[in-house]
Amino acid sequence: MAKTIVPIGPYHPLQEEPEFFTLTVEGEKIAAVDVSVGYNHRGIEKLSEMKTFDQSTFVIERICGICSTSHPYAYTRAVEDIIPVEVPDRAKYIRTIIAEGERIHSHLLWLGLAGHFLGYNTVFMWAWKLREEILDVMEILSGNRNNYAMFKPGGVRRDIKSGDIPGVIRKIDSIVPTLEMLKKAVMDDPVLHARTKGVGILTKEEAKGYSALGPTARASGVARDVRKDAPYGAYDKVEWKMIVTQNGDVFDKVLLRVLEMLESAKIMKACLSNLPQGDIDLRLKDIPPGEGIGCAEAPRGEVFHYVRSDGTNRPARHKVRAPTFMNLPTYKSTIVGETISDATIILAAIDPCYCCTERVAVRNVKGKKLYNGEDLVRLSQEKTEKIRKSMK
Amino acid sequence: MTREEVLQDLKDKFKGDITNVFEKSVKRVYIDIRPEAITRMAKYIFYDLGARFNIASGVDVRYHMEILYHFTIEEINLLISFRVALDKAKLEIDSLAPLFEAANWIEREINELLGIKFKGHPDMRRLLLPAEWPQGVYPLRRDYEEWDKSAIRDRGV
Repeated sequence: MAKTIVPIGPYHPLQEEPEFFTLTVEGEKIAAVDVSVGYNHRGIEKLSEMKTFDQSTFVIERICGICSTSHPYAYTRAVEDIIPVEVPDRAKYIRTIIAEGERIHSHLLWLGLAGHFLGYNTVFMWAWKLREEILDVMEILSGNRNNYAMFKPGGVRRDIKSGDIPGVIRKIDSIVPTLEMLKKAVMDDPVLHARTKGVGILTKEEAKGYSALGPTARASGVARDVRKDAPYGAYDKVEWKMIVTQNGDVFDKVLLRVLEMLESAKIMKACLSNLPQGDIDLRLKDIPPGEGIGCAEAPRGEVFHYVRSDGTNRPARHKVRAPTFMNLPTYKSTIVGETISDATIILAAIDPCYCCTERVAVRNVKGKKLYNGEDLVRLSQEKTEKIRKSMK
Repeated sequence: MTREEVLQDLKDKFKGDITNVFEKSVKRVYIDIRPEAITRMAKYIFYDLGARFNIASGVDVRYHMEILYHFTIEEINLLISFRVALDKAKLEIDSLAPLFEAANWIEREINELLGIKFKGHPDMRRLLLPAEWPQGVYPLRRDYEEWDKSAIRDRGV
């Protein structure tokens, strides 16, 4: 059968990492896939070497709009690892609260888009409506809906007022029933099962070989979570469970994220009600020469920062590794052999930045345009509709 | 295996390859090794000790080039970094990509940002820099100088 090349990507200014996929298609089946990145390479590692340790926190925060807590978290931990120091308990709790709020809003954003790709626009509306609530919580706690600017080497910049806590807990309580409803919807819906079960499977062995991270690894049965493996912040002081599912398909990734949000809400509430008293900042002055490594579990997996100091007030080297860097190459295993109508949801399943999938265009080898991004989403939605009708 | 057993095991198995062990803290250990040993040591820690490959980071330290290969053994919460020092006159090291897929992209990245060659890498295309970027210009090196990028900036305008 004639081969067709399907380019996906590369640009969207909103995404963390613009990606360009070249899918080689035989009829409906995807035969090969090639990925290229770097379209929005901003040289942040180089930029960070020109800033002071304090300024770098703000640069790092702007790597990604959604993981705007995880990067500063890993960076400040790396700087603290150089000395090494432990931040005060109250700062640890505040950091944990902010990080978990970020996880809930990131997973909700993903869930909404995944729903949209599958033709469930109701899920999209519900999830994003719920996300507003959690963004309100973040605004009360940090003053910002995003890019919270809470982190600094040695502590946090802003305290949580005790007067805010009851209101915030009430707000978190109010979103839990809706999360439960979403969980029930995911587990019971036969159409969703038909669309996502057994699709885009990443086996346990493959996940290990790619060193996949976060939900991508945990959905394949690899119990890997920095929060449990190398506890930081308040994660070893509050009760929570690491969610692991076994099948590695899209369904497991959806379910895992929904369950994780419930755990995150639990962690947030526990931290808010047990917030210890005390200082929130160590007021670090000089960073001695040396090197430090900081890890933090972002919504998508482990964020890894390596910072080297030569005794001046700037990092001599700053290496940033975002989780998508490790998760993205897993496409090579998950997408080959699947159909074009499933491509969008498999690409979205590891939670890269979906915006790229909206710029999909399918061309045949002569360059005649067949489908664009909207068409691919439409194809995917039509497939769901067909399954839904056949089940009635 | 406990933390001490893992470290002793590595020291025994690769006696001739390890030049220095620096235990920074309970969770962080830096091991200086000879560059020739990287493939066998990485293979051992990844497959036999079940470590996860975090990432590698290349550093230009004036007189030589360093690469740190970070591995985490999750069961015992230990992050081991293998450090190799490469002579600037001969920037070459064996690739880890044939051993495990996780090393594929980062070696492409280090190759174009620092100019270190990875022998035996299956797919050494550019990862991040645009095709118009000149050969032999490495942005993360200490001696990098800014150059006129208007041709790249204005392409297609």
